[in-house]
Amino acid sequence: MATQPTEEREYPLTSSQPALAIRRLRLNWTYIWILPFAMAMIIPLVYTVSFAFKPLEELFLFPPPLFPRRPTTDNFQQLVLATSSMTVPFSRNIFNTVVTSLSVMVGTVLLGSLAAYPLAKYPLWGKNFIFSVVISALMFSPEVTQIPRYLIVNKLGMIDTFGALIIPNLALPLGLFLMKQFMEGVPTELLEAARIDGAGELRIFWRIMMPLTRPAWATLAIFSFIPTWNDYFTPLIFTRSESMKTLTLAMQTIGSGATSVARYGAVFAAAFLVLLPPVLLFIFMQRRVLDTMAYSGIKS
Amino acid sequence: MRTPIQRKEEREKRREKGEDGSYFSALPSHSYPLGSLKERMRSEGRWQLIGYAFMAPYLLLFLIFVVGPVMSAIYLSFTYFNILEAPHWIGWTNYRALLVDDEIFLIAIGNTLTFAFITGPVSFIASFLLAWLLNRMRFRSLYVLAFYTPSIGSAIAAAFVWRILLSGDRYGTLNNALIRLGALDEPIQFLAEQVYIMPAIIVVSLWMSLGTGFLVFLAGLQTVPKELYEAGKMDGVPNVWVELIKITLPIMRPQLLFGTVISIVNSFAVFQVAVALVGFPSPLYAGHVIITHLYDYAFIRFEMGYASAIAVLLFAFTFMLGRVCLRLFSSED
Repeated sequence: MATQPTEEREYPLTSSQPALAIRRLRLNWTYIWILPFAMAMIIPLVYTVSFAFKPLEELFLFPPPLFPRRPTTDNFQQLVLATSSMTVPFSRNIFNTVVTSLSVMVGTVLLGSLAAYPLAKYPLWGKNFIFSVVISALMFSPEVTQIPRYLIVNKLGMIDTFGALIIPNLALPLGLFLMKQFMEGVPTELLEAARIDGAGELRIFWRIMMPLTRPAWATLAIFSFIPTWNDYFTPLIFTRSESMKTLTLAMQTIGSGATSVARYGAVFAAAFLVLLPPVLLFIFMQRRVLDTMAYSGIKS
Repeated sequence: MRTPIQRKEEREKRREKGEDGSYFSALPSHSYPLGSLKERMRSEGRWQLIGYAFMAPYLLLFLIFVVGPVMSAIYLSFTYFNILEAPHWIGWTNYRALLVDDEIFLIAIGNTLTFAFITGPVSFIASFLLAWLLNRMRFRSLYVLAFYTPSIGSAIAAAFVWRILLSGDRYGTLNNALIRLGALDEPIQFLAEQVYIMPAIIVVSLWMSLGTGFLVFLAGLQTVPKELYEAGKMDGVPNVWVELIKITLPIMRPQLLFGTVISIVNSFAVFQVAVALVGFPSPLYAGHVIITHLYDYAFIRFEMGYASAIAVLLFAFTFMLGRVCLRLFSSED
């Protein structure tokens, strides 16, 4: 497809055989000397996972063995026990986070794509202005707008509802930006052909634009799902009751009460549950994300 | 399915009715069909209508939850507002109090600036160099995963393991290792002693910082045309460093701009890592950053006007820094 960047970068062909050999050699060295850095990066994660599956007596061994000797799921049972004394079960927190993240993901992709389509393909009045406002919104963190957002959400009566956790996050500037950059790469002739065939604009959007920009919205799905999944600030402000607390909040509560030894393992079981979905999602989508991000430069 | 001939007939029928103008006007202006000015204006209006209908849901939410809040934050920052009573105008008082009287805010600014000026550039450069190195390797998926994964994990979850690694007793992994090596006699309170708190936050944040920017660079590098490297080689580019500076960097400029913006925003928005690692409030405010201060005044003391002034200062600062960086990068040639 014409809109895709080159699939895999091969070795640049070199004319002479010795040069090629040297190049190979240097590449091999890179694999080796970059390894310790990569190891250093993942060791904290490996510990998180291994702590989650370590039995109690192994948690305090020193130096902490990288892998559990007798893996067990005790910690997860501990987690259930530790949270059973709370007013709501831990599964409720998981449910809240899953519902919020999935809704934000679907909503962001849908609204972002809908808005990006005319921006990319119509001769719209004021589209440069709109786009530059959105770009500006990329330049500050959402925390800055949190107070008025809180006031608005409060006024709309949405505090302590899923609405408060979902709706304010839907108009993601990155969403419009990514989708617009990518949609500009879709050949206009395709749309033109569909129009000549009598397709309506919604149909063109749904049947041509969306399928062709699948890598872009897959990326956007990740970039909206993961921050929402991990978000701490928004639920901290917008929720009141225990039954609306998300995974990160609950984990912080469990963690800060981790004075007893039994809690210690439970915390890592919880951390493991929190870490897993984003990582799996990325592993699953890595290729598509990289394809899309190639379009994300800011042209000036 | 209609045959091409049928389609052509339909097309001609539409053209006779003068309907097709509307279809073509979605194309760039040079391809507008000929028609009377009135007709063209009408079809033009139709496209504006459809276009804005598509954008309506996004724009509505964007106005309510992004543009509106920025505007009202600016207004609120000039008022005294405690949620219970209506805000009343007090002019520059909040700003004066913030910048002159609030010593803790000055600590927060200091901490945030220290943090930003270390993490921002270091993570930007590390992201680029790593992306560049990985791009030259053939089997890089696992490496990409290793470097990127820390940034997609929850800061709260990551803080648990870091609290063990940096724990202040003899069982803390780092302390224990240092004591065994003979470098230390007594364990260091990395997360409680004032001098070590900010460095600890910086280390953990750097660990988590190879995120979006890293991916953007990695993807951008894949789009640099191979022919350019070939051409460079023929023109006698002596080594990979010259190749990097003369060929790769100029082509990567849009991605570099994007990465700059991302890293500025992220480095001034430090909050989650700080709170998760050293708690709130942190010992002697050593881990106190601008957003912690904002959170304190807005959602604990409910002094919304004062907190808005903090938000506006942060907003103005990151925004201007972002603009300056964009200008610097984009006006090179």
